[in-house]
Amino acid sequence: MTPPRRRRRYPKENPPPPPQPAGEDAEAQDGPPPKNPERLYIITGAAVEDGERAPIDLVTLIVASAELPPSATPEQSALLRICQAPLSVAEISAYLNLPFSVVTVLLTELLAAELVQARAPVVRQARADRSLLEAVMHGLQKL
Amino acid sequence: MDFKNSDPVTGPRTEDHLPHTAEAGVKIVIVGGFGVGKTTMVGSVSEIRPLTTEETMTQAGIGVDDNYGSDSKTATTVAMDFGRISITDQLVLYLFGTPGQERFWFLWNGLFEGALGAVVLLDTRRLEVSFDVIGRLEERGVPFVVAVNTFPDAPRYPVEELRSALDLPREIPIVECDVRRRASSRDVLMTLLRFLHSLARAKAPA
Ligand SMILES: Nc1nc2c(ncn2[C@@H]2O[C@H](COP(=O)(O)OP(=O)(O)OP(=O)(O)O)[C@@H](O)[C@H]2O)c(=O)[nH]1
Ligand SMILES: [Mg+2]
Repeated sequence: MTPPRRRRRYPKENPPPPPQPAGEDAEAQDGPPPKNPERLYIITGAAVEDGERAPIDLVTLIVASAELPPSATPEQSALLRICQAPLSVAEISAYLNLPFSVVTVLLTELLAAELVQARAPVVRQARADRSLLEAVMHGLQKL
Repeated sequence: MDFKNSDPVTGPRTEDHLPHTAEAGVKIVIVGGFGVGKTTMVGSVSEIRPLTTEETMTQAGIGVDDNYGSDSKTATTVAMDFGRISITDQLVLYLFGTPGQERFWFLWNGLFEGALGAVVLLDTRRLEVSFDVIGRLEERGVPFVVAVNTFPDAPRYPVEELRSALDLPREIPIVECDVRRRASSRDVLMTLLRFLHSLARAKAPA
């Protein structure tokens, strides 16, 4: 029996068509709807539509750094309460039962108010460095 | 947002607290078609009971007739299972297992960005369900390894036959695993890490 075969899409044999000339009004192009349906989806920022968001990753570790102020909203106080020990943004989202982007908005407010501290994720560059990879391998070996 | 003060939020159990020395998280994404064993793999290596995070995607009116005021936007919630492995007192590894429609995974800002790499889980009974995700990882330049989850009644192909069927270059590791076993899942992750290490070495020779 032979397995089904994948047809590689990338690297492509033919270069993609050049982009449409810029500066045209979207309405002026009366062409067919976009082919790629996923282009139609964006992440919703439920609470803050157009504010600056702190650069928060799913695995950024967050820890409460101040006492709960009386003015805190229920969401803020729940977040501060569960972040007494460091917790990733993904875990915060899971425990609070809130979407990631909503947690990001909450954290942006709390970071600005210096109520929480974000510990920077190591991997900012495109590729992890070797010492980090070696540390991870070492840890996995102990598992 | 309907967030009620009245239902108390349960945070992590005391035994699930990270030490105060924890300062950085890294992540690996586990992808693959429906029912290939992603959640099982996350669960078998995780030190915490796997959790679920979610993201909301809204259909925006780009290129679509969009009447202002009439809110015809459709929201889609994409959920994702994840687990955690403490590497050192400072470093924590998170594993994300991506269910559902794969086209959404790549729209989740920050899921693949900054990830160390990905594991593509395969079920040889339904190889073709993983073709799309492999193409997307290639397009994004996300380094990955392929792990064949060996279900008992699934056909067994020689690795080189799989490699040619998947049209993968020689250097990409393809391994077999049983994701129900912790040691087996751990070995898959080790394979990925060694592969990433070889890429890093090729990039910056010592
Ligand atoms: N025999 C056998 N069964 C397995 C193995 N891995 C997973 N299963 C079973 O296969 C089913 C699907 O596994 P899941 O881990 O839920 O798969 P998944 O990829 O997370 O599935 P979705 O999230 O629905 O896409 C479960 O009933 C598992 O118990 C395996 O290695 N061998
Ligand atoms: Mg699953």
